[in-house]
Amino acid sequence: MKPPISYADPFDHDNLEDPGPLHASLRGAGPVVHLSRYDTYALARYEQVHAALTDWQRFQSAAGVGLSNFRYEKPWRPPSLLLEADPPQHDAPRRVLSAIIGPRALHRLRDQWATVADDLVDRVLSGGDVVDAVPALAEAFPLRVFPDAVGIPAEGRENLLPYGDHLFNAFGPPNDLVVAGAPRIADLSAWVNAQCARDVLSPDGFGAAIWAAADRGDLTSEQAPLVVRSLLSAGVDTTVHGLSAVLYAFATNPEQWQRLRKQPSLARVAFDEAVRWESPVQTFFRTATTDVTVGETVIPDGAKILMFLGAANRDPRRWENPDSFDLCRDPSGHVGFGMGIHQCVGQHIARLEAESVLTALARRVPHIELAGPVHRHHNNTLRAWRSIPVRLHRK
Amino acid sequence: MAETRTLRVTGKEPVADGVVALTLADPHGARLPDWTPGAHIDLILPGGLVRQYSLCGDRWDAYTYRIAVLRETNGRGGSAYIHDGLDIGEAVGLGGPRNNFPVVPAGRYLFIAGGIGITPLLPMIAQVDLLGADWQLLYGGRREASLAFGRDLAGYGDRVHLRPEDRYGLLDLTGFLTAWQPGTRVYSCGPVPLLAAVERACADLPPHTLRMERFTASMLTGPARSAPFEIELARSKTVLTVPAGSSVLDVLAAAGADVLSSCRQGVCGTCEITVLSGEPDHRDSVLDDTERAAGTCMFACVSRSRSDRLVVDL
Repeated sequence: MKPPISYADPFDHDNLEDPGPLHASLRGAGPVVHLSRYDTYALARYEQVHAALTDWQRFQSAAGVGLSNFRYEKPWRPPSLLLEADPPQHDAPRRVLSAIIGPRALHRLRDQWATVADDLVDRVLSGGDVVDAVPALAEAFPLRVFPDAVGIPAEGRENLLPYGDHLFNAFGPPNDLVVAGAPRIADLSAWVNAQCARDVLSPDGFGAAIWAAADRGDLTSEQAPLVVRSLLSAGVDTTVHGLSAVLYAFATNPEQWQRLRKQPSLARVAFDEAVRWESPVQTFFRTATTDVTVGETVIPDGAKILMFLGAANRDPRRWENPDSFDLCRDPSGHVGFGMGIHQCVGQHIARLEAESVLTALARRVPHIELAGPVHRHHNNTLRAWRSIPVRLHRK
Repeated sequence: MAETRTLRVTGKEPVADGVVALTLADPHGARLPDWTPGAHIDLILPGGLVRQYSLCGDRWDAYTYRIAVLRETNGRGGSAYIHDGLDIGEAVGLGGPRNNFPVVPAGRYLFIAGGIGITPLLPMIAQVDLLGADWQLLYGGRREASLAFGRDLAGYGDRVHLRPEDRYGLLDLTGFLTAWQPGTRVYSCGPVPLLAAVERACADLPPHTLRMERFTASMLTGPARSAPFEIELARSKTVLTVPAGSSVLDVLAAAGADVLSSCRQGVCGTCEITVLSGEPDHRDSVLDDTERAAGTCMFACVSRSRSDRLVVDL
């Protein structure tokens, strides 16, 4: 059966500014929709997105998780060994990295990051009540703790955000956002690649641990720098916008902030609820490895399939009152980190960062509210923020 | 909802003298947790016997697991039960899959199997062959008829060296290892005396060349329980009962404890909780043997308890 057709462009500025109406119409149209503009298939309901994410056998990543189909087009950079690989090539990089940044391995960072968060919040509060939460907190914290944890030098870290921004834009079509990033990308890529070399990385970080895995033969020495690159590519912008999302959620849902203050152990639930609610990573593509039947539609072998994580995370078939940010909800099972073998390997880092910042803020700030108009940052893949002015009421 | 994870036996057939292969599937036809070559699962048999078996099927088939079980004449009852008592249609408990024996990337591999030790190597061989790596297998057993999957392996031609002991004597490890060159990884699984001999034969090779799997006594832990148990939340002093058919996660969620989860398969590690006392019955794919033995944490989506009560830091 032919699927319903949508003529929409999910990557145009109206939809990037507010994807909600498009998501609702795609979910309503059926389990699978043909996006005529890009001759690709869209999944927007939770059930189908979840199923496709876990089915790496039929929905492959190795042909690229952006619109570009690596079966026919050359990728703009050497493919990621994690994101853009399937078993068996995916196994060793994933195994090595998940051991290095798994929940058990992060325990040693917990106290350290709590101290950094306390210090950051103290400094932010000493600068006045009204701050822009995006640069002051959501960018400042990850940019302080994460590159240190990876072990890259202090110099040049300002390149991380523009690199990630372009990388996530490049998963979409070659539109104005990609064109705008293109002039700088050669330099940014060269800088990022240079940080992945063994002698650049400090001896105690995640990067050095990746190289140590190569010494043990768990990876090849050609793979090690690419695995370090995965950390630097996927670990910064995503967390920044995840933190922005949770801060925005609290600034606009004051009763939820009071709930968190009463019960700070909810910090992790709050972050995951924000990841469900805003889905910092909105979309990823897969490619059909064979003719795949979804609903009553046959998606042909080789077709690109766009999974709307953000739409699935607000699918009323799965979530009650999906548009509300609610700490009473159990957000477990959201697909904001993906699901299956490609599920975000850094999710535990993101949760620890968020927990650190939220705990430090909740201790000091009885009320948080918007202090001016907010501004989105448009990106082809990320639900991103440019500015969230907030008033932080001190004790 | 997550339940205690069970598998149903959907196939059972002899594959060599004293070796039976089982095909296992989800009772409701769902996908099974993903695995990588070298992985094993725990089978939790009636009465709480827990036995580890390597997965030897096709990972591209998401709906069935395949294992092969040797009847251990001096065993403690697990393999005899599987051979004689476990019928098609029956259910067994599942732990894992876990992989302590992963395939590392390399251009060349030498595989050495003894008897039932072929099982973890089968999917490894399929995989490195798919990747176009150069490899050879030396496979020994008592008699030709005791070499499981010998016919499947014959399809690989002269990469495979089948060496039943009644015709060839003990495996010529030294001769086989002359094929070693820098960068070659050696993978071996089989009876303890074979592994010891392989270790000696590889003693002069560079570190990290040899990878072996030993199912040691420490992995053969005491009986798992399917009975209900209590879970005490230390911070609130609440005591909850986890019934046989429910997961710890579900019981905690119903009681309003804020434990996040994600995969519900014991894979992602999101639902970790700290265990203060009691003995967790680990059924996850995350912890290594040392961490499992320490018993200081557990994953609430799949793991249970061996003791009557678990006290957790919630």
